[in-house]
Amino acid sequence: MDQLLGFVKKEFTHIFRDPRTMVILFGIPIIQLMLFGYVITTEIKDARIAILDHSNDNVTREIKNKILSSGYFRLEANLIQENEIDPIFKKGDVKEVIVFEKGFAESLEREGKANIQVIADASDPNTAQMLFNYTNGIIQDYTKKKFAGFTIPVQIKSEVRMLYNENMVGAFMYVPGTMALILMLISAMMTSITIAREKEMGTMEILLVSPLKATHIILGKVAPYLLLSLIDAFVVVFLGNVVFGVPIRGSLFVLAFLVILYITMALSLGILISTVANSQQVALFISGFALMLPTILLSGFIFPIENMPVALQVLSNFMPPRWFIDALKQVMLKGNGFAYIWPNVLILSAMTLFFLGLSVKKFRLRLE
Amino acid sequence: MKQTSEYTGPIIRVKDLVKKFGSFTAVDHISFEVNKGEIFGFLGANGAGKTTAIRMLCGLLEPTSGALQVAGFDGYHQREAIKRNIGYMSQKFSLYEDLTVYENFRLYAGIYGIPRQERIRKTDELLKKLNLEESRNKLVAGLPLGWKQKLAFSLALFHQPAVVFLDEPSGGVDPLTRRTFWDLIYEVAHQGITIFVTTHYMDEAEYCNRVAIMSEGKIVALDTPIALKEQYKTDSMDGVFLKIARNKE
Repeated sequence: MDQLLGFVKKEFTHIFRDPRTMVILFGIPIIQLMLFGYVITTEIKDARIAILDHSNDNVTREIKNKILSSGYFRLEANLIQENEIDPIFKKGDVKEVIVFEKGFAESLEREGKANIQVIADASDPNTAQMLFNYTNGIIQDYTKKKFAGFTIPVQIKSEVRMLYNENMVGAFMYVPGTMALILMLISAMMTSITIAREKEMGTMEILLVSPLKATHIILGKVAPYLLLSLIDAFVVVFLGNVVFGVPIRGSLFVLAFLVILYITMALSLGILISTVANSQQVALFISGFALMLPTILLSGFIFPIENMPVALQVLSNFMPPRWFIDALKQVMLKGNGFAYIWPNVLILSAMTLFFLGLSVKKFRLRLE
Repeated sequence: MKQTSEYTGPIIRVKDLVKKFGSFTAVDHISFEVNKGEIFGFLGANGAGKTTAIRMLCGLLEPTSGALQVAGFDGYHQREAIKRNIGYMSQKFSLYEDLTVYENFRLYAGIYGIPRQERIRKTDELLKKLNLEESRNKLVAGLPLGWKQKLAFSLALFHQPAVVFLDEPSGGVDPLTRRTFWDLIYEVAHQGITIFVTTHYMDEAEYCNRVAIMSEGKIVALDTPIALKEQYKTDSMDGVFLKIARNKE
């Protein structure tokens, strides 16, 4: 036990003395969270639009006011002719142009209907779709209030409610994802690098010749990163809650359990990588490519799994972050407990055991 | 480890030792004995089976067949006990460069389970002896190569092993430093600690009490440097080595 303690202490000294490690451990998680939270936002704010109003009457003015005062849009230009639309899109000045037909108010009064044309720049399809939805929503809302007394013949109304994230805040999606990414980065990448470093420096030989057992060496290497990863997990959840308002509706105990399970999984993956990699560079390369990319691309973190080709959907089943992110969202956003997330826990546990068993076996094999 | 000091027979006893990896025989029936306080040189080209042999002696590898005893412990069933009674210094000196001199001592002492009191006393003693007192709290990374070499050697001896394995201990060190390092080796051997050293430098081979030369998994020559030189009718270990290599062809 004393042996192990001395070893863990040494590991902490390595970490605290290396500025680069410190930056990776504590700088990157915060920066990443902020980046994902603020930059890759799925919300619309101050989108630049142009309006071409052929009629310019009191109804169109009211609608325009409502659109522009919503906070989602900012008027970039008032167009006068149709032929101005194409150039303004090409220049990329606006994302959307709203066109009101001639005699809008008149037509509305006489025939009970009037046309608005919404043209959006779909070179970024998601944004275009969202802009349209927002615009449409505002117009619908206006019509509903304006003609509250009237009954319009045969109309199907659908009322939409966005459960668990009423305001469709992007951070709700990115905080769990970022957590999966950061914990993978720190746990797997850092352990694989630190073990590879011992090999590179030749100190691993010394440890192997010493009475330290293989399990002691692994445990001593892993323990500090387990602790630091936990601190990072706490920071991410805390910042997510305070800065982005991501709720923690489930129990903290379940959350902590889930996080520790995932960290253990990532750590055993790190050890596995280190048994293959003999230099820090190789370890970095493997963990960077083999872990980071799937974590970002195949876990449902950014791209919905349902939209992937079947082959990739199948592949995503083998990505541990997928199950972690899913369970994390359930716990944080829906307030679910073990009754709901047990399949995820089971899968993650199985994966952890598999990686751990494989890495201990490989580690022993190296000694022979 | 009282057993060690009471043990009076040969520190290393190897008889018909074999190590096979699949169908490849890395070490092929080698036999030798090394006595207490002896400086035993182990020579051979790369791939001659030197490393495999040392790994078995250090308790890292289990032999395929043959008898192996280190410090009185069996190479099959008492590998953990062997590990406790040997010291090891690799060619890279293998110190933790981002730890201070003192922290390196503390770590090694901890790994070998040396009590705190003894550790502090011995560290002070060794630092004084090595003239490293002023560098006590300096990072190892900033020390000159020769100092690192001495430090690594002292660490390998810290837990008072019966035998120390030095794996090419003078790599990259200038001849003068190498010479002073060997003074240190002699001193330790004088205290009754056995030294098992592999080397590429033939002048180092001259310093050994006895030398074994390995080739293709077998020991092809084993004697004192003087006897070997006589046998092969040459005036240096270099010559011995060359003649052995030629005989093979």
